[in-house]
Formats: sequence, C-alpha cells, structure tokens
Amino acid sequence: MDTVNQSAPTRQQEEPQFDPRGLVELNARVPHVSEIDGDRARFDAHALTTRQINLELRSLLYEQGVREVTVRHPGARHSLGAGILTRCRITFEGSLGYFALGMIDGPEVQIAGRVGWSACENMMSGVVVIDSNAGSLTGAAIRGGDLVVKGQVGARTGIDQKGGTIIVMGDAGSMTGFMMQRGRQILCGNVGPGLGDSMYDGTIYVAGTVKSLGIDCVPGEWTDADTELIERKFSIYGLGTPPSFDKFVCGKKLYNYDSLEPSERKLVL
Amino acid sequence: MCGIAGIIYRNGNGAHRIGHDMTSMLQSMKHRGPDSTGYALYKAPTQELLVRVKLSDSTAQRDLDFADDVARRRREVQALFVAAGAHVKDTEDINEYTFGATLEYHGELKRLADHIESVPQVEVLSLGHSLEIVKDLGDARTVAAAYGLDDYFGSHGIGHVRMATESDVDIANAHPYWAYPFSDVAVVHNGQLTNYHQWRRRLEASGHRFASACDSEIIAVYLADRMAAGDSLEAAMRRSLDDLDGVFTYICVSEDALGVAKDELAAKPLVLYEGDDMVALASEEMAIRAVIDHEIETYDPYESTVMVWTR
Repeated sequence: MDTVNQSAPTRQQEEPQFDPRGLVELNARVPHVSEIDGDRARFDAHALTTRQINLELRSLLYEQGVREVTVRHPGARHSLGAGILTRCRITFEGSLGYFALGMIDGPEVQIAGRVGWSACENMMSGVVVIDSNAGSLTGAAIRGGDLVVKGQVGARTGIDQKGGTIIVMGDAGSMTGFMMQRGRQILCGNVGPGLGDSMYDGTIYVAGTVKSLGIDCVPGEWTDADTELIERKFSIYGLGTPPSFDKFVCGKKLYNYDSLEPSERKLVL
Repeated sequence: MCGIAGIIYRNGNGAHRIGHDMTSMLQSMKHRGPDSTGYALYKAPTQELLVRVKLSDSTAQRDLDFADDVARRRREVQALFVAAGAHVKDTEDINEYTFGATLEYHGELKRLADHIESVPQVEVLSLGHSLEIVKDLGDARTVAAAYGLDDYFGSHGIGHVRMATESDVDIANAHPYWAYPFSDVAVVHNGQLTNYHQWRRRLEASGHRFASACDSEIIAVYLADRMAAGDSLEAAMRRSLDDLDGVFTYICVSEDALGVAKDELAAKPLVLYEGDDMVALASEEMAIRAVIDHEIETYDPYESTVMVWTR
C-alpha cells in the first residue's frame, strides 16, 4: 500500500498531475466526495491527495455551510487541516503527519491517532485534542487555544510559545518550552534536559521529574490561581484528578534589553 | 533533508518481502529526497561471501570507450578475486556498471576489498554473508525496478532517500554506506556531521579508506573502526553519540541486528513502531503506514537514544 502520489479515480476527478520531480501537485480541484447530512459531513481521504483533502475540507466549511466534518483514513499525511479560520468541529479518524492544523483560528479538532512534527504551529485559537503521541515541535509558536496531547511528545514542545495552553499527559523530550514567551504548559510526565531554556515569560507545570532546567528557568511560587487553572483544564478535557505539579517560570536574569540600535548607541557614547 | 527507513522481522527467518516493503516505505518519503535511493538488504546468511562491485558511476560520461572500460575493469576485478585467494562460484550481471559475485573466501576481508579497489574507479558496494547494497539515482520505484528488488526476500533492511546537501549526486555519494571492511555492516544517515574533517583525518591516518566526500560515510567507517577495536555494534553506537558532532539520526544494520542512534538535541526525526513480530522505523510515520495497514501505536524516541533489535 502506497499512500503518496496515488489517487484512485473518484467522482468528477481527473488524475493528479505533478511537477517533473513528482513532488508538487499542479491541478488539484475540490473532489466533492463527502456524504453531507445537514451541517455534518464525512469523507474518506484514502484515495485523495493532500491538496485534495484540504480543498475538500475548505469547500465544506467555507462554501457548503458544514460545521462538523469527519475525515476517515488521513494516512499520516502532512499539512492536513492547515489554515482553517472558522469555528467548526473536525475529527480525524487516524494519524496525521507533519504540520497538522498549522495556523488554525477557531476549530475544535479531535485526532484519533498521533501527529508528526510541528502540529498546531502558530494556532491562534481553538481546541486540538490528540489521542495518542505527538512528534517534536508540538505547538510551536502557538498564540492561543488549547492543545491536549494524551500520549507523549518529542523535543522542543511549545518552542516560541506566545499564548494558549499545552497539556501533555505523557513524557516530554529535551528543550521543552524553549524560548517560550507567554502561555502555559501542563506536563504530566517526566521531562528531558533543558526545560524552559531561555524562556522570556509564561508558566510551565511539571508533575514528573525534570532531567535538567534550561538557562534562566527557575522554580516559581505556587498560587491559588495555578490550582484553579489546572483543575479547570483537567475537568474540561475529562483528564481525571490532576497530580501534584511543580511550577517553573522565567528567572528574568537574561533581561538585558537595550532599546538602542548599534548605530544609535555609537551616537550616544 | 533526506529520509531514512528500516524494518526488521523478528522471527529469524529470511522469507519476508523485504525489497518490496522497503520500496513502499522509501517511495512514500520521496518528497524528503528525490536525488537518489539506496537499500541495504539482508537475506538468509550463506556460507559463501556475497560481493557487489560498482565498475563505474551512473553519472559517468557514456563515451565510445565506456563499455570497453567497464568490461576491462570487470576482467581485472575477477582476476584480483583469484589473486586474493578467492574461488569464484558464481557471478551476476546486475546492470551495465554493477556486478555481483559469490565467492568462497576464508581470508581477511580488508585484503580482498583492497585488492578489488586497486582497480581505478572500482568500488566495493557491499561485502558479507547476507548483505547486499543497492543504490542509484532516482526515486525508490525507479531503483527497485532497475534492480529487480520487488522479489527480494530477506529478514531485515534499511533504506535512504537522498536530498544532497553536502556532496555530489551520484552513486558514490549515495547511502547506504558499507562499513568497509566489516562484513555485513551498513549505515544510513539523516543529518549533518560538523566534525567530519577531523574524524576523516583521524581515520585515514589509521588506515581507513573513504569512497566519497559525503559526511555520512564517517559513521560507517567510525563504527567499523570501533568494532575492529573490539566494541559491539551497540557499544560503538553509544560511543558515537559523544564522538560525532552535529545533528543526526542514523540506522545501522549488521547480519542479525538493526540499531538506531539519535543525537543529543533530537534534531532529526524518527518515528518508531515496535511490534511483537517486527520493528519498523522511519523519518515519517507515512512510511510505516505504507507497510502496516492496521492501527498501530508509534512514537518518537528521545534525544541520545540508542536502540538495537535482533532478528
């Protein structure tokens, strides 16, 4: 079984054409293969190319008034569901590849499987629940919304995070929260070396052991607001009773900002 | 970027369609590297020695003398088999610039390999009792069709799709690399090694030969060097995490084992599926899904990981 560059003929569909290297799909059109029932729809992605899947999703959500879509057999392909900017519900019945759901603003998504690298990169708002594991760079640069991973995650989770909440039920790899700027991470398992390295702000909660703290990441003081936040998130996503967490924040020892450009500094001196 | 993949069946027999499986995995990762595709495939071990020899590169200019030159080199290599003390039991024409031979040979492998490579432009692609390395330009389907890999049966294998960043696009710079002169050991690599030149000088000074200008070849030669010093495959791989700088995920195979190593930054991807009967791993989950049709649990191993499975 080969999941790339193939396409069984479906209704109204021409054979996909690729560039000479076989990488870029040139002629994708909306395949119109969904079964639509009111404002719900479902379709099978097995025989579709990546672009066709995304075009079908967009057509349903933006043009056909559908609010709830189920995608069967996504086949771990990359970039699925990227750039959906409307409130809706999407369920993927299977794993997704890299760059899943990047830049989304609004959707509530459930993935019955795992995701590859860079899931939900730059998510603005919405909710994404991943039933299994996630690769590295999960939630890179997210600005808002909730990202829940029920399994483990790879390295550099929430790198450059600028808002929102990332919840990981399993372990997390090295350099988690690297250069984090705002937002929250609730990590229920053990965490690898370099936690919160060079973070500017934001809060990281860890229930397991931390292999090592990164530069300028320090233990923080626990407040009632922390307890309230964690209990609320656990109850929303049905995650059971929360374990006890340690809190980590930025030590602000690297706050050596200079508002002058190098050329301006010369003038002042 | 590059993509790497590996698969090992754990019931010990060599009756799996390993060539077909590797092609499916590598073709699904074509977007990671369309320049060249390579395979290291393992069938049931034989008493004899299998050798695959490249007589010219596929990028060599096809001038009027090409066919004559290749035929002459082949005659010279076959004469050198005998000169090194090997008895040639069988030969196989693989394509116009590659041939395979089955030898009865009980001497030192380095001596035999050095003899063969004393002919200019000739390279030993692989040498061992069960290993065969196939590599050429193009995607997995192209290479598999040209070398008839669909019907290759074996127990384990690794593969590589290459997006060339450090050196030329030709067979010499394509993966996998055989750990010259170590029987049945091969390596594929995704990443860049930043202390390549230091290690190359060091290893050349201790008598190792390099067939390419590709940084990844260091890993194969390094492991060969460590194993010659008495390390096991796993011990050599663990030591490589300290000795090699840069970013890497590499898969290394021997006659009965398959291992993977990741650098301390976990900078290069790897997705792993560990089943009771087989282990499959690749740069992307898509490749694993290309050979397993039911729902499975996969995960990304963490930084500084070394794992080895036996067949």
